[in-house]
Amino acid sequence: MGLSTRLRRAARTESARGLALVSPPLFYALLMLAAPLGTILLFSFWTQDFLTIDRTFTLDNYREALSDPLYGELLFRSLRIAGAVTVVTVLLAFPIAYFVSFHVRPDRKSLWLFLITIPFWTSYLIRVFLWRVILAFDGPVNGTLMGLGIIDEPLSWILYNANAVVITLAHAFAPFAILPIFVSLERIDRSLLEAARDLGENRVMTFLRVTLPLAMPGVLAATLIVFIPTIGDYVTPRLVGGSGGTMIANMIQTQFMRLNNAPLGSTLAVIAMLSVTVISVALILLTRRWTRGPR
Amino acid sequence: MRGGGLKTYAVIYLIFLYAPIVLLPLFAFNDGTIIAFPLQGFTTHWFAELVRTEALIEATVNSLFIAVVTAILATCFGLFAARAGTRHRFPAKAGIMGFIMLPLVLPEIIVAVSLLVAMLQVGLSPSVWTVIAGHVLICTPFAIAILNGSFANMDNSLEEAAIDLGETQLSTFRLITLPLVMPGIIASLLICFTISLDEFIIAFFLSGNEPTLPVYLWGQLRFPGRLPVIMALGTILVALSILLLITAEYFRRRGLRRAGLKDTGGFL
Amino acid sequence: MRDTSPPPPIITLEGVEKYYGDYHALRGISAEIGQGEFFSLLGPSGCGKTTLLRAIAGFEDISQGRILLDGRDMEGVPPNKRPTNMVFQSYAIFPHLSVAENVGFGLRKSSLSAEEKKTAVGEALEMVGLGGYGTRAAHALSGGQRQRVALARALILKPKVLLLDEPLSALDKKMREQMQTELRRLQRQVGITFILVTHDQEEALIMSDRIAVMFEGEIAQLAPPQELYRRPATRRVGEFIGMMNFLPAEVQGAQGDLVEVDVAGLGRAKLAQDQCPMGAAGKASIGLRPESLTLLFDGQGAERVAAGTVDEVTYYGDMTYYDIQLDGAPGVVSVSMRNMPGRRVLERGDRADLAWDPRAMVLFC
Repeated sequence: MGLSTRLRRAARTESARGLALVSPPLFYALLMLAAPLGTILLFSFWTQDFLTIDRTFTLDNYREALSDPLYGELLFRSLRIAGAVTVVTVLLAFPIAYFVSFHVRPDRKSLWLFLITIPFWTSYLIRVFLWRVILAFDGPVNGTLMGLGIIDEPLSWILYNANAVVITLAHAFAPFAILPIFVSLERIDRSLLEAARDLGENRVMTFLRVTLPLAMPGVLAATLIVFIPTIGDYVTPRLVGGSGGTMIANMIQTQFMRLNNAPLGSTLAVIAMLSVTVISVALILLTRRWTRGPR
Repeated sequence: MRGGGLKTYAVIYLIFLYAPIVLLPLFAFNDGTIIAFPLQGFTTHWFAELVRTEALIEATVNSLFIAVVTAILATCFGLFAARAGTRHRFPAKAGIMGFIMLPLVLPEIIVAVSLLVAMLQVGLSPSVWTVIAGHVLICTPFAIAILNGSFANMDNSLEEAAIDLGETQLSTFRLITLPLVMPGIIASLLICFTISLDEFIIAFFLSGNEPTLPVYLWGQLRFPGRLPVIMALGTILVALSILLLITAEYFRRRGLRRAGLKDTGGFL
Repeated sequence: MRDTSPPPPIITLEGVEKYYGDYHALRGISAEIGQGEFFSLLGPSGCGKTTLLRAIAGFEDISQGRILLDGRDMEGVPPNKRPTNMVFQSYAIFPHLSVAENVGFGLRKSSLSAEEKKTAVGEALEMVGLGGYGTRAAHALSGGQRQRVALARALILKPKVLLLDEPLSALDKKMREQMQTELRRLQRQVGITFILVTHDQEEALIMSDRIAVMFEGEIAQLAPPQELYRRPATRRVGEFIGMMNFLPAEVQGAQGDLVEVDVAGLGRAKLAQDQCPMGAAGKASIGLRPESLTLLFDGQGAERVAAGTVDEVTYYGDMTYYDIQLDGAPGVVSVSMRNMPGRRVLERGDRADLAWDPRAMVLFC
């Protein structure tokens, strides 16, 4: 067989065609995502010298970021708030996903999912701002509670602190948590549950021994998909967080836009990403161990 | 847990989800400058003021331009990636697809600052085009997710049958693939448009002196006197988003019906 | 039956090889398929039969060898330029087009006038028994109707070869049986070569002029149905096509053209050379179909008789299948008996005499 025939056959292979097709979005992602992330990484090893960038390799930024208690506290607070948001969101979301998957008529399911996703598509900024209105001193929550005589004076712990951030973000990321859990619940073969009942388990034990373990991949996906973006949220801490609710993203923004210290901002971004990655990988490994490992 | 208790919980949850959106029109039509209860009375004054604000109109034009270009580009990239992902096997496929989908989970602030730094490095100044570059990046994963569904629902052998009956790759795409994927394409365009229109962080960092609607809005939030106007604007934006969404959902369902399939869920 | 002189080949396969990475999907496939023949590729899933069909259609590139269609090498010729058309397993009916638009799909680039195209579509639909269905929406069709639309759509282009990929597997049993006869009739009517891929041995036997049985990417045997059933070339072919009993046998020696064997539980038998497709030496086994063993009732006699005990009885209505433990043989043999009037059905544990005939045996080494 001639060389040209071989070449022609190689060019027509699955892999060649697949790679050719995927290359435009891949190149775009390399150019607009990988390259900028690489730039950030480079910057984090440089320093800002007033208006110019000093390009000598140094770990000064990391030293500063890790030694200054302000940055450490902001990072830990971000992780803590993101963790709380994730736990609250996933716990609130699970019953909804379960309800839609197990108790809603099949032809109504997509309507429910649609209803759940609609608020998510409306302006994030405006939704967050409205939470400030709702939770405000003279807002509807305090108004209703006082009107009902449950409280005597407005609650002060619901706005301009971490609690407000958790409530607002739990609202913002609700569909992100519900959808993956719903998908994993939908995949559960219903005869498995009948089998468990048939083998003598009651409803609760069936749920704990069959449904929950099988839904774990969805719960894990929900956890990650809420946790990761929440760490980097900027709007919510600014609008409803007050001074006790600011997070690492606000500091990154400050470094870039106000203090004009891009290298330190980059360092904070890299550290934030690293912590997110480490926590995510640890979560994935733990869940694997729990669902597949020996009992 | 029984269905009844769960249903009550679900309804309360829906109220929680919709609470902010329901408040929006209340304050937009409220004849008072303070965003608080009790309401003062009905007015359309705030809407009328919207039209008179020149900076707002400029921001709207910027936003619409960015959203349209973003929707088209992201959907094109989505078509390529979804097609490759559902139809072809190639080396490092999971890694490549995962990388393209990465912006879906990456904190937006990271995407925004890294793009800003990289663009300043190569000498690009912030403008509507840099915002478009960022928005395409974060919209492409959504386009892929939607179009994946369209391609996965389409029987592989349909295209083979057309080629077998004498059509070329190109005419097969035009006669078979495009009509069958079209509802997905429209849904993807609408979703990407909506995301771009609402996106704030990336636009905040990358728009420079060409603000988008959310960036303009952010600036106005500082002025208490402007808040009722913001509420009016928000009402319009939310109504527009919901309208676009319902249209997108309609096309998605029509696509399913055309392919003779049962509906299995919503977007994502 | 078929002519004695073989028809000229329309397809020639010469040492066709196909690799998917390290996986060897087709191993040296060589065959000639005749003009106007109904040819089947039969084998279990994963044997390469569909890959071979798709290679002929042009959807799979082959790694080595040649495929000649009507004397022309098909290397580098895309599917849309090949004189073949295909009926897909899923039928691949375009869901957004009407029945008539589906059937007329391939005529888009032909030189026919609109009127002629319409007539051609009408005729094609008549041919498959769907006259008057042209305006129906494609997604409103039943499985059997989709199958017919797919056939009409492929045949309207008058291909030299029609390729059918498991076309009946999605139909229920009754519909399948009806379509088997109908496909055979259609093939005779149009005189086009049909190549059918199937995993259903009964379907292949009913419909085909010749069958290629494939295992692991190789053709194990290529023969007309009767030969395939009576004289399977390997033990595996014998097992795959219908039911076959195997008994250990020892080759005693050759006497002229005949081979003498000693079969466990039955006794000595002389076999012709064509009953020994794999030669004759040492320890071997013989294959014997259930219907070539006959139970003897109430004093019936026969030339060769073996004795055994009924181990299991399976009653099918028209037939009864017995598992008989032959005296002096390991395992049981299956025997099928027609339930004729006055013939009783034996029970487990009954003693039974079996008549056997060496002409029905095949020796495998």
